[in-house]
Amino acid sequence: MALQIKEITKKFGDFTAVNNLNFTIPEKEMFGFLGGNGAGKTTTFRMILGLLDPTEGEIVWDGKKIDYTTSSLIGYLPEERGLYPKLKVRDQIVYLARLRGMRKGDALKELEYWLDRFMVPEYIDKRVEELSKGNQQKIQLIASMIHKPELLILDEPFSGLDPVNVEMLKKAVIDLRDSGTTIVFSSHRMEHVEEMCEHLCIMHKGSPVVAGKLKEIKRSFGKKNVSIKADFDLSFLDAYPGVTKVKDTMEGKILQVTGEDVAESMIRDLVPKGFVRKFELEEPSLTDIFIEKVGAVYE
Amino acid sequence: MNKFWIVLSHTYLSKLKTKSFIISTVIMMALILVLTNISKFIDTFDSDDQEKVAVIDLTEGSLFDSYKTAVAGVNDELSIISAQDEKEADEMVNAEEIVGYLLIEKDDSLGFKGTYKANQISDSMVSNDLLLALTQLKSQITANELKLTEQQITQLNTPPVFETIALQENAKTEEDLNQARGLVYVLLFVIYFGVLMYATMIAMEVATEKTSRVMEILISSVPPVTQMFAKIMGVALLSLTQMILFFGLGYLSIKQNLTGMNEGFFAFFGFGSINISTIIYAIIFALLGYLLYATLAACLGSVVSKIEDVQQMISPMTMLVVIAFMIAMFGLGNPSASYITITSFIPFFTPMIMFLRVGMLDVPFWEIAISIAVLILTIILLGIIGAKIYRGGVLMYGSSKSLKSIKNALQLSKKN
Repeated sequence: MALQIKEITKKFGDFTAVNNLNFTIPEKEMFGFLGGNGAGKTTTFRMILGLLDPTEGEIVWDGKKIDYTTSSLIGYLPEERGLYPKLKVRDQIVYLARLRGMRKGDALKELEYWLDRFMVPEYIDKRVEELSKGNQQKIQLIASMIHKPELLILDEPFSGLDPVNVEMLKKAVIDLRDSGTTIVFSSHRMEHVEEMCEHLCIMHKGSPVVAGKLKEIKRSFGKKNVSIKADFDLSFLDAYPGVTKVKDTMEGKILQVTGEDVAESMIRDLVPKGFVRKFELEEPSLTDIFIEKVGAVYE
Repeated sequence: MNKFWIVLSHTYLSKLKTKSFIISTVIMMALILVLTNISKFIDTFDSDDQEKVAVIDLTEGSLFDSYKTAVAGVNDELSIISAQDEKEADEMVNAEEIVGYLLIEKDDSLGFKGTYKANQISDSMVSNDLLLALTQLKSQITANELKLTEQQITQLNTPPVFETIALQENAKTEEDLNQARGLVYVLLFVIYFGVLMYATMIAMEVATEKTSRVMEILISSVPPVTQMFAKIMGVALLSLTQMILFFGLGYLSIKQNLTGMNEGFFAFFGFGSINISTIIYAIIFALLGYLLYATLAACLGSVVSKIEDVQQMISPMTMLVVIAFMIAMFGLGNPSASYITITSFIPFFTPMIMFLRVGMLDVPFWEIAISIAVLILTIILLGIIGAKIYRGGVLMYGSSKSLKSIKNALQLSKKN
């Protein structure tokens, strides 16, 4: 039941919004979709949902094309939050859930469960416009997953929330994945993707820059970070062979190096010079990879 | 199909429950109650409003008594009192005891001469009634002087017989036409307001869903075409509910006043003999007209990105409805004019103008059938194009310049 995106391209007139995107999202997994603004994430989501037709290529879920007959299997949280401002939470969610093929009674029961879980049961009779932005987002998330979809698409699900609420919603999404939902989500927040996703894809200007398993991406990126704190002057390291980037911190430096061998020779050179308080070899963060890959395209 | 009903019932019920809908319905119903009971209202306000006029008889005769009888015969709410001279009468006017006074003098060549003096002469009712009574009195006196018999007087007063007959065999008589005109006039108003109001409601509804971005969720679970037509039918149901309330109340209220209804006001509007076929045609044309304009409104509503732009966007549509209404209003006086015949076949005008023709004339059935067929075809065509615009339009945000947005929306919904 994997979601296969087969060489899709989407053009609006002369403008190419998505260019030759090709990947498979394994079943019951969380897939991270990264990209700057205007990278083509929302367009890709709309194509997955069948709202837009790709100019070339096709998208299949479980071997079938996604259309309105499968809409009860799919959940969607759009980037621009959208709910009826004048409608009460109850009427709103029940209506949207029924459109996804749920019965009224079941929808109401699920809604009560989720409101309790998000610790806002009193909102059931409130109009959406009366709620704060963060709470509207909870309602929006409930609307997208109340029918226990097989495929859930979340466009920036955690933006604009305080840390407590981010954790709460993250937990809900992870539980949903564990119960068997395949989740695709986009985010600007690298740490969320790093924490939750096994596979990911970084888009830039419509083209995939990096795609694959998180671990493999990190490994194949090759470069590592070395974090050093020492009692002596470290400025000689700026020109050290194999160092690609230097960042000065309060008490030392963080260096990007081309590989482990560079770190090895570096520590041998450092030890004779004095007391080294900290020397740590770190995996590159997704942020590093993102900046490197997307930045490289910019240059 | 199932989703169609969910959207339809949601549209219907959520609109039905809104405050603005309930308030406007109640106000409208109150207005209907007032209108249908208007004669009663006029009576209550008028009953104790007896107007007094002083008469100064300068003919040295005993004209006063017979004049008083004559005035009572013309208008029983006008009472006559006697005054000695203008000075006394002036004082009574100033004290607001009387509205004015009438001087009756002898005039050798003309018989009588009457002069009515009042502070305000804008109320011609009083002076007209006084003149009428004076005329009657004069002819009575003249007849007496000429020694005419009762029969001769009647002969003198009988107006000539004047009849209007249509040469075409099945044409409606003048009387029928006048009766039909009132009914058609009222129903045209109902169609005009109905189409305009409910079509605007559709455009607003679509635009609200779009600007609140709930549309993206909706469109990912319900096909846009289903959504669009479910919404149109939902509002149609809403309009029917409102119309049934209005007409039901109107009918009951008129029935209560049945005795008063056969006279004056109501008879003028042709309610005395309501023509069932006219009502049926009104329903058909109102529904088709609504469908046509609602489809158009849904498309237009789908391309705006700000709720403030809706009015601007639908203004060309509003203009079409207004033009149709204006043509129909001009046509009321001359429904068989050729411009009426021609415009009645243009689908955007058909609902009002063909209805006008059907209501006022005997239009051959095939003409009605053709106009309805053209109308239905246009609705289907507009529905197909509209669904495409809608599909693309709801995903499109940015400036909303009518033509360009529609083009963009069509492009977005294209297969490739």
